[in-house]
Amino acid sequence: MDVKAIREQFPVLHQEVNGHPLVYLDSSATSQKPLSVIQAVDEYYRQHNSNVHRGVHTLGSRATDLYEGAREKVRRFINADSTAEVIFNRGTTTGINTVAQSYARQNLTAGDEIVITPMEHHSNIIPWQQAAKATRATLKYIPLQADGTVALEDVRNTITANTKVVAVTHVSNVLGTVNPVKEIAQIAHENGAVILIDGAQGAPHMNVDVKELDCDFYAFSGHKMCAPTGIGVLYGKKKLLNEMEPVEFGGEMIDFVNLYDSTWKELPWKFEGGTPIIADAIGLGAAIDFLNEVGMDNILHHEKVLADYAMEKMNEIDGLTIYGPESRAALVTFNLADVHPHDTATVLDAEGIAVRAGHHCAQPLMRWLDVTATARASFYLYNTKEDIDHLVDGLLKTKEYFGDVL
Amino acid sequence: MSYNLDTLYRQVIMDHYKNPRNKGAIDGDALTIDMNNPTCGDRIQLHLQVEDDIVKDVKFDGEGCSISMSSASMMTQAIKGKKLDDALKMSKLFSEMMMGEDIDAGDLELEDIEALQGVSKFPARIKCATLAWKAMEKGVHKE
Repeated sequence: MDVKAIREQFPVLHQEVNGHPLVYLDSSATSQKPLSVIQAVDEYYRQHNSNVHRGVHTLGSRATDLYEGAREKVRRFINADSTAEVIFNRGTTTGINTVAQSYARQNLTAGDEIVITPMEHHSNIIPWQQAAKATRATLKYIPLQADGTVALEDVRNTITANTKVVAVTHVSNVLGTVNPVKEIAQIAHENGAVILIDGAQGAPHMNVDVKELDCDFYAFSGHKMCAPTGIGVLYGKKKLLNEMEPVEFGGEMIDFVNLYDSTWKELPWKFEGGTPIIADAIGLGAAIDFLNEVGMDNILHHEKVLADYAMEKMNEIDGLTIYGPESRAALVTFNLADVHPHDTATVLDAEGIAVRAGHHCAQPLMRWLDVTATARASFYLYNTKEDIDHLVDGLLKTKEYFGDVL
Repeated sequence: MSYNLDTLYRQVIMDHYKNPRNKGAIDGDALTIDMNNPTCGDRIQLHLQVEDDIVKDVKFDGEGCSISMSSASMMTQAIKGKKLDDALKMSKLFSEMMMGEDIDAGDLELEDIEALQGVSKFPARIKCATLAWKAMEKGVHKE
């Protein structure tokens, strides 16, 4: 994998921030975009822009072909059986909410259980809290091991015959834990439950095969995988999606509209009310082409090298606490001695290094870690060992700086 | 180190962070205001004791970065003993200062607060600095 050539494809990386070359270590929040994606969106607006699935004019057909072509690219990317199982939406949050509002509310009742973990992002907690309240179902948590992993024994002990929905993250956005989602799916199915996987931190970084995982739903966001913001995907098994009611009603999703009743279009359009996110879906298609060209296995390997290197170098910093397991996805969440993570992030920013600081939309996990906030450096295909060296230098400077003033 | 960090982390700010003034709770009747910065997890609990429209006592508790906690410490120091109207005026001046405007405090003693002027150059940190003031405003409006 030629990282130098890859970096050339990302214009945003080639700039100075506060007098230093930008070191972008916040891809878990959002990834940067390669030229091919920027150009695909640009070209769409310059040459093809039109509404899809309506009208007979040429631009309309072109836009429809491009939009539906992007759906086919997503289908292949996650190895779904059919494009009917690929719903375009705004992102992971929307995907999870769709399942929580439609599937959960239709199928759950008092005494049923929804099972999640304490390492979930808020977007895979709150939709289930709300669904539990609405259906009087019980929300249960699979306990975490001390290192922030999930033990299958605990999964088996938490999921029962009353469990109807299991929702777990593929990769933790804080701990970097890669969950055994295939095994969890199996346990869920043995108990008659469906499983939703939050793939926001999974799909961008590794091969995802929804058939191999045998998951019922898989939700992810385009913007974390080189695509524009505002486009996401909900994969769902056709049988389940067919039985689910839409959550948004209006144009685009209807079959026949009467004065007092209406029927819905077939899948996947039933879940795509309103004019869809056409340009950004096309951008997602371009992002998938880009990632496929690099190769998802190469990306995963590159990130593993970076994660190992970061762990090795950061562990050498005296007073630095790293959260999460030894073996992890390409992110490191940490705190530097008594320096508040905001202050750490500000000092790093002055060095041109972008990291995230705060609770990372995982307040329950912060409480589990017994911290109010943490800093996080996350890596993607365009990052290098030099980026990590800069981070380590920046952290040493932060320590020195606050050592003087504190 | 960096050219502009010292405009943010002034000595007096670090002193308030390390040795916060008016930290804790008030014995007896006091108004309690909780406020969070949901984007970052900073939180403050402000205790306000008002008599005859004057801030008789004020204390705070909380968790957060050097900017939010030092700003809370400075705010309590500045408004203690002041009329509620003046406390609100100071809050307005502080907001203007955060927007990078030149301010004229007139007769109001801003004390150490002016050290926070540099925060206006760090847009990502302005919300840290204004958290305690927002809590105070909320409390005064409740009174």
